[in-house]
Amino acid sequence: MRDIAEVMAELKAAPYTEKAVVAPHTGVVQFSDVEEGSEVFGPTGEWQEIPGTHIATITRERNPRNIVTAERGILRKVCRELDGTFVEAGTMLALVRHYLTRQEVISRLLMESLYTFCAPERARYYFAPDVDKKVKILGCRTVSVQEGMELFIVSRMKREAPLCYAGPSGIIYEVCFDQNRNVDAGAPLIVVCPPEQEESVEDVISRVEREWSDGE
Amino acid sequence: MSEFAKRLHQLSERLSYLRDIFPGKHEEELALLQTRLDEAQAAAENASGEESGAGLEALEDLFFFIECKLEDKLTPMDKVRIVRHPQRICLRDILENVYDNYTEIGGQDEHTIDPAMLIARAYITRKRGGQVYHQPVLVIGHEKGHGEEFRNGGSAKPWGNAKAKHYMGVAETEGIPIHAYVFTPGGYPLEEYPGAAQQIARNIYEMAGLTVPIIAVFSEGGSGGAEAVSLADRRLMLSHGYYSVISPEGAAAIEGRLRNGERASAELVERCAENLHLTAEDNLKFGYIDKIIQEPVLGARPYHYEFFRTLRQEVLRATDEVVLRARGFAPLRAAALHRLHDRELNLDEFYVRWDLSRAARQRLVEMRQNKFIKASHSVCKNNRSVAGRLGDAWSEQWWEIYNRLIYDFYHRNRRTIRNLFEELGSEWDMFKMRLLRTWKRQEAQELAAEEELTSLSEWSEDERGWAWVSEKAREDRAVTCPYAARRGCMDMWAFDLYNEFAGVCSSCGHHFPMEYQWVMNNCFDKDSLYEFNTEVESGNPLRFPGFDEKLAAARKKTGLKSACITFEARLEGIQVVVAILAGSFRGGSVGVAEGAKFVAAADRARRKRCPFIVYCHGTAGIRIQEGTHGVIQMPRCTVAVRRYIEAGGLYLVLYDTKSYGGPVASFLGCAFYQFAIRSSSIGFAGPGVIKNTTGIDVPPNHHNCYHALSRGHIQGVWDRRDVRANLCQAIETMGGRNLYYR
Repeated sequence: MRDIAEVMAELKAAPYTEKAVVAPHTGVVQFSDVEEGSEVFGPTGEWQEIPGTHIATITRERNPRNIVTAERGILRKVCRELDGTFVEAGTMLALVRHYLTRQEVISRLLMESLYTFCAPERARYYFAPDVDKKVKILGCRTVSVQEGMELFIVSRMKREAPLCYAGPSGIIYEVCFDQNRNVDAGAPLIVVCPPEQEESVEDVISRVEREWSDGE
Repeated sequence: MSEFAKRLHQLSERLSYLRDIFPGKHEEELALLQTRLDEAQAAAENASGEESGAGLEALEDLFFFIECKLEDKLTPMDKVRIVRHPQRICLRDILENVYDNYTEIGGQDEHTIDPAMLIARAYITRKRGGQVYHQPVLVIGHEKGHGEEFRNGGSAKPWGNAKAKHYMGVAETEGIPIHAYVFTPGGYPLEEYPGAAQQIARNIYEMAGLTVPIIAVFSEGGSGGAEAVSLADRRLMLSHGYYSVISPEGAAAIEGRLRNGERASAELVERCAENLHLTAEDNLKFGYIDKIIQEPVLGARPYHYEFFRTLRQEVLRATDEVVLRARGFAPLRAAALHRLHDRELNLDEFYVRWDLSRAARQRLVEMRQNKFIKASHSVCKNNRSVAGRLGDAWSEQWWEIYNRLIYDFYHRNRRTIRNLFEELGSEWDMFKMRLLRTWKRQEAQELAAEEELTSLSEWSEDERGWAWVSEKAREDRAVTCPYAARRGCMDMWAFDLYNEFAGVCSSCGHHFPMEYQWVMNNCFDKDSLYEFNTEVESGNPLRFPGFDEKLAAARKKTGLKSACITFEARLEGIQVVVAILAGSFRGGSVGVAEGAKFVAAADRARRKRCPFIVYCHGTAGIRIQEGTHGVIQMPRCTVAVRRYIEAGGLYLVLYDTKSYGGPVASFLGCAFYQFAIRSSSIGFAGPGVIKNTTGIDVPPNHHNCYHALSRGHIQGVWDRRDVRANLCQAIETMGGRNLYYR
């Protein structure tokens, strides 16, 4: 877990990620008519069935294959000097700069500065009775958790078993599950924050929500 | 509201109806009516009651005069608009006005599993000589509900058709006739259980053998949705109705090659409606309906009470005729039939019992089946010589006689004795085994030990080659699996992929589409194929513009005369009859020629008592350019399949690549044994059609064969390389009792 201010400073300095579009295998590259600085898209559609923007076609053994962008962003660079040449696998063909959205920034801040406790299996999860009472009356941020604490009850097909918390000590910053719904294995249950960081986390998150604009 | 205001309001409604039916047409006449109506309304406010009454009568006469004039100018598309208009009569109007009493069963209004499908137990009261007879009937049909949104325009969902099938069974149990009213633009294309195609296929199959009289009345007969309830002994059609393979808009989208929801121009839609020959007169001429019921000028609406009387007389006449014909020939009944043709006869004062004896029920089914088998026979293009046809007819009879002698007489008696000897032999073997058990065991152990010490392991040559190899294998190139990004498949050399791998990705098992010849030549015994009915050729019975050229191009490209190839072959020595729907010929679409070949193949398999295997390499549905000639193949081929299955055969369908539409919703989908080759797609309507009709986007793998397997449409998914072995197993383990090798 890192200090949230430090992570925020990093994000402010470079509020984007850059991803290179590389040749998946050897072959002769033919670029499409995309231009540097133009906007590109990743796969879209309800099932991601519409492929991203077509950047180039690579042909190996008379087998042409389209190379498309994997996420939304601005095309920073197109290696046009490679047009019509034979390239090795992994050769960079273009560079896409993806500007982080507000949600991505918050998620990254929480991921890097706080601890997320995830569901070990698909089941319904409940807080242990005493914790549940406290969460309902006083709110989750009044509950402190520490390693080995019996925090949850796992309910699966009419069988119930206790689940102990494993991770760093802190307060429950956020509850990510609904008690009457099944939670998939690996989905977050709670976000735990060290007590001394609570104020600064809240401050940073509210600032991001207020000031960060999407799609710069 | 005063009587005068009411009449004015009715005229205004009639005018708005005319505007809806003739959008952008006959503007002069409509403007005249509008002016006169406005004048009448203005005059009504100033003039006395008597004066305005006379003026209104003149205006009503003018309306009637112009309506009659427009009636003569009705185009097929105008009729489509009449049928779809919310003011048109719907099934509930018919129930109210044609039947003497009715009770809706299977739900009411929106409180039903599918409000588009209405089921009612109705009765008709008839009097003869002072005695009153209540004759019960089951009414099944689509309900459009004058535009009620929850009715879905009469487009029944799969469970609505399942409900209809259930109550058809009830009618059969109770022995009462069924009156089916077809008011549907088509089936709702949903793949959820039981699946649109699967359910329509089950309905058609059920109706092909239902032992009660069925009368169908068509108003809007939209392809598969209509066929789900209309395989009837008598098919009546309202004069302003339509019966078609596809909506004119759908045909225009196909003809105009429109994509992504682009709209066709009004002229193209109008032209397609004309080319589809979808009107009642056209269908009567083709023989797919038996009679036209004349409607009032510009179509029947709920206030045309005289029309309901006509309709009642016609459905009574049709039911009586069917019942009397099924009872068999008798002089008095023939006289009765003769009287029924007298239009002056009031059928409410005439009584015919509607219950049938067991023999009459069988006769009824047989007559219905014959009627559909013969449909479209006259438009089939068969280039076989007269001598050849005579030879075929003789050969059919010979097989009939030969099989009856061999299998029904000789084998049946021989089997009894052989069974007895087999039983005795088994008992003797058991006795011997018990007696000699100890000695035999010791001997076997000694032999096994000796063999282990003295023999070498056998070297078997692994035969990897296929008898037929695709042309695609000759291409010197690499091929990428479409799932390479997700599953990490390596590129494959076309020679390996289309030759040794049989078009199967060596990494993930994805099946690339292959030509129909692959299964045809690699899955049956070598040199055992004998193709028959090769002279039957796809034609253009409706003279659809530009279709002759398209057919010629398909013939040149594929070397086939139609999309259906029928042949006899052997599988491990067992004789089978096979029909292939080749996707390369006009998308595997089914028309008259394909239907004729299919029916002939089913008949041949029945006569020769062979398994009947259908390999659906791919089908896009019914061929729209053949109109109702194409759509009639759905019940026709299903009847042939039902006859074959009931004779005790094995009917097995194997899907490959993409199979959609009418064939899947009828003669393919009704098979008890349906399998698919991996990576194939099966469904009722393609993703584009689903999007256009329902507005719902479907996921890319919506029609995947594994989905069809999950909902119980098919019974298994096969690897292409195992097709031969699986077919061999199927013909040994599945099917009825009446196969020659059993």
